[in-house]
Amino acid sequence: MAVITYRQALHDTLRSELIRDPNVFLMGEEIGVFEGSYKITAGLLTEFGPERVRDTPIAEEGFVGAAIGAAMLGLRPVVEIMTINFSILAMDQIVNHAAKIHAMFGGQSRVPMVIRTPGGGGQQLAATHSQNIEVWYAHVPGLKVVVPATPADAKGLLAASIRDDDPVMFIENLALYNTKGEVPDGEYVTEIGKAAVMKEGTDITLVSYSRMAAVALDVAKRLEDDEGVSAEVVDLRSLRPLDRDTIINSVKKTGKAVVLEEDWLSYGVGAEIAATIQEGAFDYLDAPVRRVAAAEVPLPYAKPLELAALPDATALVKVIHETLDATRFRG
Amino acid sequence: MPEVFMPRLSDTMQEGTVSTWTKNVGDRVEKGDVLAEIETDKATMELEAYDSGVLERIVVDAGKTVPIGEVIAVIGDGTGAGGGTGTGAAISAGEATPAAPAADAQPEPPVSAAPATTNATPVAPATPAAPATPAGAAPVGGTPSINGSAGKTVKASPLARAMARDAGLDLSTVRGSGPGGRIVRADVQAAIAALGAASPTTGAPAAAWSPTSAPAFSGPDVEELPLNNVRRITAKRLTESMQQAPHFYLTRVVDADELVTARAKINEGLAAIAGDATPAKISVNDVIVKAVATALRAHPEVNVSYTGEKLLRNRRIHVGVAVALPDGLIVPVIRDADTLTITQISAQTRDLATRARAGKLKPEEFTGSTFSVSNLGMFGIDQFTAVINPPEAAILAVGATKQEPVVRDGALAVGHTMRVTLSIDHRALDGATAAKFLADLVSLLENPLAALA
Repeated sequence: MAVITYRQALHDTLRSELIRDPNVFLMGEEIGVFEGSYKITAGLLTEFGPERVRDTPIAEEGFVGAAIGAAMLGLRPVVEIMTINFSILAMDQIVNHAAKIHAMFGGQSRVPMVIRTPGGGGQQLAATHSQNIEVWYAHVPGLKVVVPATPADAKGLLAASIRDDDPVMFIENLALYNTKGEVPDGEYVTEIGKAAVMKEGTDITLVSYSRMAAVALDVAKRLEDDEGVSAEVVDLRSLRPLDRDTIINSVKKTGKAVVLEEDWLSYGVGAEIAATIQEGAFDYLDAPVRRVAAAEVPLPYAKPLELAALPDATALVKVIHETLDATRFRG
Repeated sequence: MPEVFMPRLSDTMQEGTVSTWTKNVGDRVEKGDVLAEIETDKATMELEAYDSGVLERIVVDAGKTVPIGEVIAVIGDGTGAGGGTGTGAAISAGEATPAAPAADAQPEPPVSAAPATTNATPVAPATPAAPATPAGAAPVGGTPSINGSAGKTVKASPLARAMARDAGLDLSTVRGSGPGGRIVRADVQAAIAALGAASPTTGAPAAAWSPTSAPAFSGPDVEELPLNNVRRITAKRLTESMQQAPHFYLTRVVDADELVTARAKINEGLAAIAGDATPAKISVNDVIVKAVATALRAHPEVNVSYTGEKLLRNRRIHVGVAVALPDGLIVPVIRDADTLTITQISAQTRDLATRARAGKLKPEEFTGSTFSVSNLGMFGIDQFTAVINPPEAAILAVGATKQEPVVRDGALAVGHTMRVTLSIDHRALDGATAAKFLADLVSLLENPLAALA
């Protein structure tokens, strides 16, 4: 078990999958000669050559469409879209083609394609380059949407996504690339659709994913040390399919839940989680499910405003305290 | 349209009483204006408006008590429904959610961290002519059996409802302590426990006395007095203290001759420099507070709180001074008493005690003490033991200073004595540690100039 970065875990997994299966190939803007905008594909063009690592024009709809065609005919394309914000240009290919082909054509063809793309704010990239629109894709049947929070899941879920026979939106987060964690050596594949209980607890359930799951885990550890609050942290790991059982079972145990999400509040992931909880654990709730999310504005460029608009540990702690107080947990 | 909620004005406050409304329905209100006086568990405080507009409706009449978070008034632009008198639209405490369908449709307060606002229209005032629950209006609440026999909507968490259902408990008999009076799990657990304790079938020993099982204490010979908030909180906290903190007691007799002399000299000096102004005067208790603070500075191991998992050592010394109220007890706090002069302590104590008796203390003025002093000397009590004021670790009980025969240099003489008793939480402090602190304290009281040094 080595301690490596999230970036390294992605790189190593792409490389080992390229070695494992000759049908796997990579394509995207600047991933070859330039080695990727975030250096995930560093060295791969040299090692595997231009047949397996293909630079594309700046034309997201075009190259995603090409990848879908390749996937239908038996290859396993792994597409990098520089950020999730640019995936909007390929929305028709993703939603109307990749997600529908298997169902609409009688199961004649599957689309075993992965689109890797990072989202997230906090980098002063301003409103059009800082979005968390994973929920747009999570809404669509026919797609899988994977949102790893740790280097280990980056490895295990990317391997699983590449080997999956359906189109997978594999959504990374810019602020996670340099985070470090233990990653199992060798063959390591994580089942898509199973949430992880990052930390067990009895007093309150924190539900999150991607970068915010790391924040929630940190908050939970601090609350345990400082205040004796036993918070359970559920990392969703995939938004579609959604592991509703793990969420419900946790809330049945704790009776309280807070969702932490980096996307906007209205119609966000937290709304789905809150609905899931009231459907599955209504009689176990001792307080309303609360959501901590981004302010509903185009994310500002100015650093103080950007920080103020994004959800953070302070906001989460406040809402946890309010939820605990609402149940007289703290006297 | 802004609603005015019963605010949370102290750490321990769960409900509040509207003492008086200082604005009338129809009055223009500016942000910051005092709307009402609220009696909390400890004090009477002013409630300021957060919004400007016209006071359109008083929902909770003066004298009524409601849980924190409950709507007590509505401020609008003047065109709203209020119009008439306050009482016409007012509803009594305990019926804060009228049985009008609109009330059921009202959303919870916004739960987002984002700056969302709800534009929820306030509940239209009940038509004065129509009683809240007309006959035949049974299905209003949705689940009448859970909502209780009274037919009003009971606010309870789903978990609390499920637990009550399983236990056969009528939720309308349970007091809610959550936001807006919501019944939460802790309330149902307490109610079930109380039922269990009161039930003879549990096999509890006769010691589980409850007022309802004691007919000898009811009837025409007994006058029932409702508990006010101060009495209720005092009873709760002192019971917790005696149940949870294992008390032990150390008593010393103080040779108080020097103390009496020093106080007299200081007061003479204060009178001499006062000129035509009213001279400041210090009391024996002021000197005791100063001596306690000085001794605590030398003994930080006594200035602690036991939390169950940790011992918290307080870096600052805040001395609480117990003050008797007509119907309870309150402990105003002299902050950083070790840094104050005796005359400063004296002035602060007098001011706090006066306002405490008037019920005008702010919460921060009666919370946060790290050690307390209780003095019954003025009532002629020679010696007593005081109950520790949690989360402090000790309290000093001070008896009367009086003339007694004392032995000095092997001969009998007439001197002044005073008995002080330290109550100690044995979880936080042991006998020898406390005895050393008390010895130094007594030494300061016997040589009060050292406390001034």
